[in-house]
Amino acid sequence: MLRLLGRKLLALIPVLFLVTFATTALPDLVDGSPVAQMLGPGSTPQDLKDLEHEFGYDKSLPVRYVTWVGHALTGDLGESLKTRTPVMDGITERFPVTLELAVFALLMALIVAVPLGVWTAAKAGGRVDRVIGGLSSGLLSIPTFVSVFILVYFFANPNMMLAFKPTGWEYISVDFAKNIEFAFLPALALALAEIPQFQRLLRSDMLATLQEDFILTARSKGLSTSYVLFRHALRPSSFSLLTVSGLTLGRLIGGTVIVESYFAIPGLGQGMYQAINGKDIPVVQGTVVVIAIVYVLLNTLVDIGYSLIDPRVRAR
Amino acid sequence: MSTLETAPEPALGAAEPTGLRPSQIKRAKSGKARKRPSILLWFAIAWMSIVLLGALLSLIAPGVFPHEYGKAFGDAKQKPFAAWPEFLGTDGLGRSHLTRLAFGARVSMIVALVSVVVGVVIGGLLGLVAAYFRGVTEMIIDLFSDALLAFPPLILLLALSSVYEPSQTSITAGLAVLTIPGFTRLTKASAIAQSNREYVTVAKAMGAGPGRIIFKELLPNTFPAVMSYSVIVMAVLIVAEGSLSFLGLSIPPPMPSWGGMINAAKDDLSLYPSQVFVPCGVLFLTVFSLNVIGDRLRAKFDVRDTKL
Amino acid sequence: MAEPKTTGSPTPDEPLLRATDLRVHLDTPRGLLKAVDGVSFSIERGETLGLVGESGSGKSMLVRSLMGICPSIADIHGSVRLDGRELVGVPRKEARTIWGNRIAMVFQDPMTSLNPVLRIDRQLTESMRLHLGMGKKEAGERAIELLTLVGIPEPVKRARQYPHQLSGGMRQRVTIAMALACDPDVLIADEATTALDVTVQRQILDLLQEIQAERGMGMILVSHDLGVVAGRTDQIAVMYAGRMVEHSPTADLFAHRRHRYTEALLGAVPRLDVPRDQRPRAIPGAPPDLVTLKSGCAFAARCTAADDLCREERPELGDELGAHRFACHHPVGEDVAAVEGVESGQPSLMKEATA
Ligand SMILES: Nc1ncnc2c1ncn2[C@@H]1O[C@H](COP(=O)(O)OP(=O)(O)O)[C@@H](O)[C@H]1O
Ligand SMILES: [Mg+2]
Repeated sequence: MLRLLGRKLLALIPVLFLVTFATTALPDLVDGSPVAQMLGPGSTPQDLKDLEHEFGYDKSLPVRYVTWVGHALTGDLGESLKTRTPVMDGITERFPVTLELAVFALLMALIVAVPLGVWTAAKAGGRVDRVIGGLSSGLLSIPTFVSVFILVYFFANPNMMLAFKPTGWEYISVDFAKNIEFAFLPALALALAEIPQFQRLLRSDMLATLQEDFILTARSKGLSTSYVLFRHALRPSSFSLLTVSGLTLGRLIGGTVIVESYFAIPGLGQGMYQAINGKDIPVVQGTVVVIAIVYVLLNTLVDIGYSLIDPRVRAR
Repeated sequence: MSTLETAPEPALGAAEPTGLRPSQIKRAKSGKARKRPSILLWFAIAWMSIVLLGALLSLIAPGVFPHEYGKAFGDAKQKPFAAWPEFLGTDGLGRSHLTRLAFGARVSMIVALVSVVVGVVIGGLLGLVAAYFRGVTEMIIDLFSDALLAFPPLILLLALSSVYEPSQTSITAGLAVLTIPGFTRLTKASAIAQSNREYVTVAKAMGAGPGRIIFKELLPNTFPAVMSYSVIVMAVLIVAEGSLSFLGLSIPPPMPSWGGMINAAKDDLSLYPSQVFVPCGVLFLTVFSLNVIGDRLRAKFDVRDTKL
Repeated sequence: MAEPKTTGSPTPDEPLLRATDLRVHLDTPRGLLKAVDGVSFSIERGETLGLVGESGSGKSMLVRSLMGICPSIADIHGSVRLDGRELVGVPRKEARTIWGNRIAMVFQDPMTSLNPVLRIDRQLTESMRLHLGMGKKEAGERAIELLTLVGIPEPVKRARQYPHQLSGGMRQRVTIAMALACDPDVLIADEATTALDVTVQRQILDLLQEIQAERGMGMILVSHDLGVVAGRTDQIAVMYAGRMVEHSPTADLFAHRRHRYTEALLGAVPRLDVPRDQRPRAIPGAPPDLVTLKSGCAFAARCTAADDLCREERPELGDELGAHRFACHHPVGEDVAAVEGVESGQPSLMKEATA
């Protein structure tokens, strides 16, 4: 177990190196100087040099990389070009918002997809299965930025139904009910794209499980169909769904830009979007690195977690 | 965009019940379920022909459209199906939706096709090389794919757009780079599966060099898998480009793109929903059609057998 | 949940379990498959029926149709009566009050017939909680008793384990304990020992026999191996291509087997006292395809005594339950060679099987 963990983490090192190195190289790709925009009119070339020196952009890439890693290890991701505040502060403020949104979306998707997956598997080939199968392949083709409009049009529109506010945010620590009210539509928009994937995955795993002998054993005990489906078949069919859920959480954390910018939610995605528009390179850099690290770590954890949930694998 | 991330992970395709196993056919009572999608398939092919025609006309004969994409010709925000030939209505500035959607198709198709071709060529080559040489070569190639896949894809594009001014070229290049690792994995896996087969061993024994084996033996056999995956990837790329346009980080105006049109109309949602939903519908139908065609190809070649 | 109505009021003249002209027809993509075609038998309390036949002869389908647990493509006709109460055609919901409660089943492969992700005690207690309305604690205690009964050492510890932590023989003991949980009237063991090695096989069979005698259940022992059921049953039915071809009290069958297929089966019984390379081979030829089966005796193609009559007209089994019934135009015993076979083959077989 520990050996496995060690090996997985070791395999991460080269990937993390490339990720961080690539983001450090980002400023070199900028046309002109990354700090040029900070200067007011009438500034001298010397001002530019000073600023570049201050932010360390006058050094060579390897030097910058080593300095960056050194700072990053102590939790220092540099300063925003716009606000001159530590990048890390912004990230720690925004990360929980995005995390909440991602977790909320994941839960929503699972709550809808699990019963659907079980149901379609139990009725495989029947009408319910075909209708849901058709709907889910349609849903799979709706990009998030389209489902956002559909949801807002129907559920946050004074002309249709004003169940939710179209934009805005309240922190969960301040007012839970309000927070949910704001978070519901964005999370649903994120969840919609995941539902068909989860449903299909669970359906096909369930179909395989339902062919197993132990299902026949359970049925021969006189247990009801729903008991057999949910208590006997679901758990052994859900390992890949759990794995994929873990991976999805990582993807969602990195995939909230559209939803956050449309609904004006102060999360990582919106921060990144604003930083891009403002050419605030250090913020972009910091956010990308944090998201990539979270993403990679989550993937690795899921890999390891997989062996924890299956008693058959756990025994080894 | 959420589908973009799954693209390099074709293993997820295993989730799709493209074909029932024999044991399940028994449960499915009869084979009716398998026949149904053919109408959908024909619809998908018809729709893609329309989109390609629109893209082609706007590329080589923009004169056939009744109005230009950049110029207003009538009232703003006309509803669809109210006039002929401008049956799709007009946008917020009174410009023709029909013309703009056709030019948007041109952007989407060029971006998707070029990126896929680049992805197939470079990714495929890397995959074949990795599969043939294995060892250190494979390790290095894997490392780069893993690193590229370590970013949620949209994040990488966004990061790039913070330093480059977006243009058709830069967007296409960025998306092309992102498609490479998926194709590398795919061709590698199916080529490795092939190279354990007898005929490759025979070819090796007869003294065929790496080039010959890669191009004459491995390449043709990875083709079906790559083809069906390419169609799905095109759908993903169109969504990705749409996402960037939607954020205003893709091809700059006045050149129309579907995502850009959606973005420009987003404030009209409650009063003029057709402004948003006409381009949304076109985009959805395109993505859906590509998915249908891709699924069909995948079922036909039974790509699931490669066990990625 | 509630006790089925029939308990306590068995109709005086009815046997415990009686099947009459039972048919299971499967609507397969290839056509109609008559997996079970007109089978009748009856069992009393404390009696054991041995059901024998090559794989594919419809044994599993027959015993499943007794309970009504068949694939969705199956159509069950005929009659199955438990204490006089008809089981064929009862609604699912009602049937479930019988499954696991009055008729219980032990399946072939203990490796796959236990749920790998649920602990043993959970799998043992769920039917008791369902059918007998027991609480968690009560059912848990009974589970330990059952595990002790089936001879599992350290039952308390084992109850908390997962199936993969147990050996094959242990697991089969667990599935037997599971089947016994609600004190069923009929226990069906569908090739319950086929997947186990020989010594474990014998232990499990002994266990089943012991428990059956103790509780006076009716039992059906299904096997493709006549040797397995030889010394442990009161009556034996030989199945071929979905039909019974010979059915008689056990001793009678071994003393005077009449059907050519039974004869061939006896020849195919592996005997430990014979060196491996001299053991008889399986019956030559393959069982017929049940979809394309034509008129005539299904065994005719593999039978040495078959003639035109056999190929044209199907021999009938006879209706008199309890008698020695066989469906053969040219039964064994009407020529000299077969009589010799009885004398030389039978005693050692019985010795081995009951040892
Ligand atoms: N689910 C099913 N679908 C179609 N045919 C089946 C199914 N299950 C069993 N059969 C067929 O029914 C016949 C009887 O099978 P079975 O009862 O399992 O035989 P046995 O238990 O004697 O080996 C066989 O010919 C088998 O092919
Ligand atoms: Mg069987």
